[in-house]
Amino acid sequence: MSRADLSAPQGRGELRDRPQTARTRRTTFRATLLRNELLTTFRRWRTLALLAVLAAVPVLVGIAVKIETGDGSSAGPGGGGGPAFISQITNNGLFLVFTALAATLPFFLPMAIGVVAGDAIAGEANSGTLRYLLVAPAGRSRLLLTKYATVVVFCLAATLVVAVSALTVGALLFPLGDLTTISGTQISFAEGLGRALLIALAVAASLIGVAALGLFVSTMTGSGIAAMATTVGLLITVQILDQIPQLHALQPYFFSHYWLSFADLMREPVYWDDLTKNLGLQALYAAVFGSAAWARFAAKDVTA
Amino acid sequence: MAPYASDDSTTAGEVDEQRSGRRKAARYVVPVTVIGVAAATIGLVPALADSGDPDLPKITAQQLIEKIAESDVQQLSGTVKISTDLGLPNLGGLESGLLSGAAGQGEGGSSADPTAKLTELASGTHTLRVAADGPDRQKLSLLENAAEYSIIHNGKDVWGYDSKSNEVYHGTSSKSPEHGKDQQPPATPKDFAEEALKAVDDTTSVTVDGTAQVAGRDAYKLVVKPKQSGSTVGAISVAVDAKTGMPLKFTLTPASGGAAVIDVGFTKVDFAKPAASTFDFTPPKGAKVTEDKDAGKDSEKAPGTTFDKGGAREHVPKAGEDFGKGLDGMKTIGEGWNAIATFDTGGEGVPSGGAGGDLGGFMDSLGDKVHGEFGSGTVFSTRLVNALVTDDGKVYAGLVTKDALVKAADAGK
Repeated sequence: MSRADLSAPQGRGELRDRPQTARTRRTTFRATLLRNELLTTFRRWRTLALLAVLAAVPVLVGIAVKIETGDGSSAGPGGGGGPAFISQITNNGLFLVFTALAATLPFFLPMAIGVVAGDAIAGEANSGTLRYLLVAPAGRSRLLLTKYATVVVFCLAATLVVAVSALTVGALLFPLGDLTTISGTQISFAEGLGRALLIALAVAASLIGVAALGLFVSTMTGSGIAAMATTVGLLITVQILDQIPQLHALQPYFFSHYWLSFADLMREPVYWDDLTKNLGLQALYAAVFGSAAWARFAAKDVTA
Repeated sequence: MAPYASDDSTTAGEVDEQRSGRRKAARYVVPVTVIGVAAATIGLVPALADSGDPDLPKITAQQLIEKIAESDVQQLSGTVKISTDLGLPNLGGLESGLLSGAAGQGEGGSSADPTAKLTELASGTHTLRVAADGPDRQKLSLLENAAEYSIIHNGKDVWGYDSKSNEVYHGTSSKSPEHGKDQQPPATPKDFAEEALKAVDDTTSVTVDGTAQVAGRDAYKLVVKPKQSGSTVGAISVAVDAKTGMPLKFTLTPASGGAAVIDVGFTKVDFAKPAASTFDFTPPKGAKVTEDKDAGKDSEKAPGTTFDKGGAREHVPKAGEDFGKGLDGMKTIGEGWNAIATFDTGGEGVPSGGAGGDLGGFMDSLGDKVHGEFGSGTVFSTRLVNALVTDDGKVYAGLVTKDALVKAADAGK
C-alpha cells in the first residue's frame, strides 16, 4: 500500500485528502478513482459536444412537428410512418420523450457510447497517460471496472439528456395531460412520467452491451480513434445485418435486436417478454466482452 | 515492464516470461466460459422446462369434442402467437401496404378499420393479446413494433384503435351477445378450432393423439384429418385444455408437407377476470375518429357470419384475397373437405377489388394461366387455398388441388 501515496495520477484533476487510516484510505481511493474518471470524462469538450448533439435531436424533432402541424394537420404521413409515437406528439408533449428516444436509440446514442467507450483505455494509451494510471495501486482489474462504470454512467446520462431535453421541448411546444397508452387505455400524467423514466432506464440499459463491446475494442489497440471507429463500425454493421431477413436465425443474438422493446413499456399491461430478453442479452454482452476486455487488459504489455 | 506490472506483481525473469504467456492465454478462459455457460443455458433451459407430456386420464375423441362444446370460458386474458405461412408471394410490407391501402380507401380511409387491419394476420408471425370478460366485453390487440392495434368490444361499442397513426374506428354492435361475438375476428385457437370442428362429418377422421403442455397447462391433442384425397389440408391438430376444455393451440399442416400453414397458440393464458379498465376506451385527444357508416347492418361484413361449410375453413386467406368485395351469390360445389366455393364477380377476370386497374394487373402477374373445357383462366395458388378465376369472371376457390378446381370449372360449364 505504500505506493498509494506516491501515485497521485498526474494532471487528472484534484485528488484526495492524504492523511487517513489505511482502511478508509482504501475505500476513499476506490471512490476517488471513479470520481476522477467521471470528472475527466464529463469535462471533456468531446463529451459535452456529444451530449449537446443528443440534446438537440428532440429540439429538432419538436420544432419540425410543430411547424408541420401548425395548420392543424396531424404529424407524419397518413399511414403512420416516421419514428414511433410521432403521431401523438401534437396531442401530448410527453410523447416527444418516447419519439426522441426511439429516434436516437438506433444511432446517435450508441455512437456516443461507442466514442466514450472506445476512448476509455485506448485514449489513455494514445495520450500516454495509461502508465501513470497503472502506477496507482488500484490494480488493472479495478481500473477497468472503473472505466466500465464510467461508460455505464455516461449511458444513463446521455439517455437522460435526451429524455429531459425532449420533456422540456414537449412541455414548451405542446399540451401535456393524461395520455393514452398504445393499447388504448388511459393513464394519468404522473403515471406517464413514471413510464417515461422507466423507458429512459430501459434505453440506458440497452446500451450497456455496446459499452462493453467498445471497452473490449479499446483494450485491443493503442489508438483512441481506431477504437472509436471500430466500435461505431461494428454498431452500423450489426444494425444492417439485423435488417437482412436471411439472417433471422442469428438476429436474436444481435445486441441491437431488442432495442425497440422499450416501447413495450407503453402497453397496458406491460409486455415484458422482449424487455427481459433485451436485458438478458445486454447482460450477456456485458459479461462476455467485459471479461474479454479484462483478459486482454490485465495481461497487456503497457508501453505507452 | 516491472513498474507497470499488473496486480499479479510479476517480476522479471525468463521462467516468468513463459509462465505469464500461458497465464495471458489462460485469462481468456473466462469470456469463453461465459459464452459456454450462456449457450448451455439457452440450449438446456427449454429442454429442462419441457417436462414431457403430462399424464392425463384417457379420453375418447367424442368425449373431447363434447368437452370443447361444453367449455364455457367467459373470462380470460392471454397472449396468442399466430403464424401463418400460406405460401403467398413474399412481398414484405408491399403486400400488406397494397391490401390495406386499397381497403382503407374503399372503406373511407381509416387505418383503424378492423377489416383493413386484420388482413395483416394472413401472413407472417404476429403476437396478439386477448382479454375477455363475458360476452359483452372483449379486447384483441395486435402487437406491432412500438405500436399496437386494438379492437375493443365493450357493450354496444366496438372500437378499433391504431396507435401508430393515432386513428380510431368506431362501430356499434346490436344488442344480442351472439352478434357481438361475431364481430370478433377469428384470432384465438378457440375460434379456429370451432370452425374446424364444424367441418367434422363422415369425410373426416378424428382421433385423440396423446397429451401436450401448452402455455404451462396440461392439454389433450385432438387430430382432425380429411379422409378424401384432393384436399390440400393434411391434418389439423388442436390442443385442448384438460381442465376447461378450451382449445389452446391450433395447427394446420398442409397435405404437401412442410411447415404448418396456420399455427395459433396461447403462449400465456390466465382464466382470471381481467381488470375492468382493460375494456375502457375513450378516443385520445386529437385522434381521427372514423364512424362506421353502415353501423347496424355490418353483420354482412362481419367475418364470422359468412362461415359455412367449406367457406369456413378458408376464412383467413379469403380475408386477404377477396376481401372488400361482397360475397353475394356464393355457391358451394362438392362436400366435406373438397368443397369448392364459387361466385360470379360480374365480368372482370381478375379480382381487382376497389383498387383499380394497377392492382389488377399486378395480381395477374402472380397467377398461372390455365386452360380447360371451361375456357381459360388464372389460378392463384397458395399452400392451402387455390383459386381459379376464369376469364369470364367466375371464381372457384377451395382447399383443393389445382386439378380439382379445373374439374369443378369444367363441370360448372
